[in-house]
Amino acid sequence: MQDEAIYTALAPIFEDVFMRDDIVLTPELSAKDVAGWDSFKQIEIIIAVESQFGFKFHTRELDTLRNVGDLVRVVREKNSAKG
Amino acid sequence: MTNLMWLPKVDGWRDTLKAFAKSPDPTWAQAVSLANACLDFSQTNALDEIARRRWGETVPDGITGKPVRIAVLGSSTLAHLQPSIRVGGLRRGLHVAVYENDYGQYRQELEDEGSALYAFRPTVVLFALDAVTLTSGLRIGQSQADARGPLDATLEEVRHCWRLARRAFGGMVIQQACLPVFPSLLGNNEHRLTGSRAWAVTYLNDRLRAIADEEGVEILAVDAHVAEHGLGAWHSEALWHRSKQEVALTAAPLYGDLVARLVAAKQGRSFKCLALDLDNTLWGGVIGDDGLEGITLGQGSALGEAYVAFQAYARDLSRRGVILAVCSKNDEKNAREPFERHPDMILRSQDISCFVANWTDKATNLRHIAKELNIGIDSIVFVDDNPFERNLVRQELPMVAVPEVSDDPTFFPRILAAAGYFEGLAVTEDDLARTTQYAGNQQRESFRSQATDMASYLAGLEMRLISRDFDRIGLQRIVQLINKTNQFNLTTRRYTDAQVQGVMEDGNAVGLQLRLTDRFGDNGIIGIVIGRLEETDFIIDTWLMSCRVLGRQVEVTTLNVIAERARALGARRLVGEYIATAKNGMVREHYQNLGFTVVHSDELGSRSELDIEGFSLRPTAITMVSE
Repeated sequence: MQDEAIYTALAPIFEDVFMRDDIVLTPELSAKDVAGWDSFKQIEIIIAVESQFGFKFHTRELDTLRNVGDLVRVVREKNSAKG
Repeated sequence: MTNLMWLPKVDGWRDTLKAFAKSPDPTWAQAVSLANACLDFSQTNALDEIARRRWGETVPDGITGKPVRIAVLGSSTLAHLQPSIRVGGLRRGLHVAVYENDYGQYRQELEDEGSALYAFRPTVVLFALDAVTLTSGLRIGQSQADARGPLDATLEEVRHCWRLARRAFGGMVIQQACLPVFPSLLGNNEHRLTGSRAWAVTYLNDRLRAIADEEGVEILAVDAHVAEHGLGAWHSEALWHRSKQEVALTAAPLYGDLVARLVAAKQGRSFKCLALDLDNTLWGGVIGDDGLEGITLGQGSALGEAYVAFQAYARDLSRRGVILAVCSKNDEKNAREPFERHPDMILRSQDISCFVANWTDKATNLRHIAKELNIGIDSIVFVDDNPFERNLVRQELPMVAVPEVSDDPTFFPRILAAAGYFEGLAVTEDDLARTTQYAGNQQRESFRSQATDMASYLAGLEMRLISRDFDRIGLQRIVQLINKTNQFNLTTRRYTDAQVQGVMEDGNAVGLQLRLTDRFGDNGIIGIVIGRLEETDFIIDTWLMSCRVLGRQVEVTTLNVIAERARALGARRLVGEYIATAKNGMVREHYQNLGFTVVHSDELGSRSELDIEGFSLRPTAITMVSE
């Protein structure tokens, strides 16, 4: 799966989690840039991504997510591992 | 699955929510409707966010349920449960505000009258203590006595917290059962390993239930739900390690609904009646086409067994006090035939309190059932295998609960149980006798049609109204009636157990429980009156009655009882109050009808007086008995 496709798939998740349609996903975007993106929203995003892409994050991977770019990277890696 | 599977999945729900968010004038009813869908945690949180932007802590005008303020107390992370608790309330039309203690500080806040918890003024306190905290102090291999020590100390501490909450806020106290999160060490016979935390959870949950019963505390049985759905659906070790969330976010919508149904039950807002379709709901096939021999029911096929199992579940619901009704498109003669003649039917005619089989639409028939049984239309659950009928009823009567059953009866009992429509907090003798009472009603109705006029009909009923001061034996039923009666209720003042006991101890107060018997049986306690003497006025603080005894002169006879008691106390005048609610319009004219003079009246209610110095008992067909 290409990064571009992953960004496209993530957009509605962010839209739903924050109930806003004006969030533009970029690799650098992180919690400090979006009002209300706290640790709870972070977990909501993680679980929504897990259910959308059909995998579970490794506990270690959860600790490496600092921004949207990290999230896209982990999704890409897990998807390619699935084959 | 921990999802809300009894609610329909609604196409385009997100778009409806977005339109709702952008609407200049969103209504509470729209929000309630959005909440009555099969929502996951993300949808739940989104709806909560929008509803909070719109209403926040402000209770919208015109909502029927009492506003609820829930303090959720614990020492792990609970914030992720808040939206689901609020939406669980919203689903039942209740406005819920939620408070959570500062992390780990609930004990200090309970002791400190200056704390934010006190400032919040909760009406409900939910103790959601995590398993790690509850089982602290255990060590593998310690002696049996050493292992019990810390657990029993914890239990006493929990009991102390309940009492603190009860004393400080006076409202409902809920204790979440301990979540069985610990892996076993010994295995199947874990109970033989002293100091095992897995064993400790079993011990704690057993004891918590026992002391909750002693203290009048309600249990939130998450342990039972873990047994049903599996621990994996309720708890994620990864999230526990990451953020100390004990209940998984994916289980939050169900958790919130479980909390809300307890709170709604306390307000008397549980459903009361199960209305059943017949063809392909109680049996397989169409009785009018297939005939008695052709329908699928009973042994011989898995499907036939499944219908029997569903009927048995419905019968057991009726034995615990749920009223059964039939709502079917059929010729009545055909529809009744299996109830009378099919050997494998579990449900029989006498189990059905109201039987409606005709060709009118089901919404109209459900209205008729509500009227016939004297219950609110919003206390009916309607089960129908046909999606067309379900959607029609949902559209016409959004207040009727219509579970999203499939066409496979195998799952009907589990779906009804999962939905928790009939959530009950106590089982009273009257609940157990209710079905017989409603069946008695039907006999009375047919007797009425034989009687030539109302007066001779009533005289022939040989009614006795037995009044008795509040006592401990009646306490449960008294509190239950006070808190669930909405229609024939002049003031709709709710009383806790402690407040009812307060009436019993107050020399200037009178609390009367009224029981009606007649030649068909005992109707149980059907009326409650609370009055207070203020100088020479007897103020009727509370007057409520069960609607099933209306039209039988019980009101006038009750007035006779009140007047006699008031006079004995030295009162010269009765003062009756009416406080209008969305549900008690039927008693708006109650005091006028009894000959009171209205001294004040506006849209909020009225105040009426009756001089009893020269009052003579009104003649009725009911014999008064004082015990």
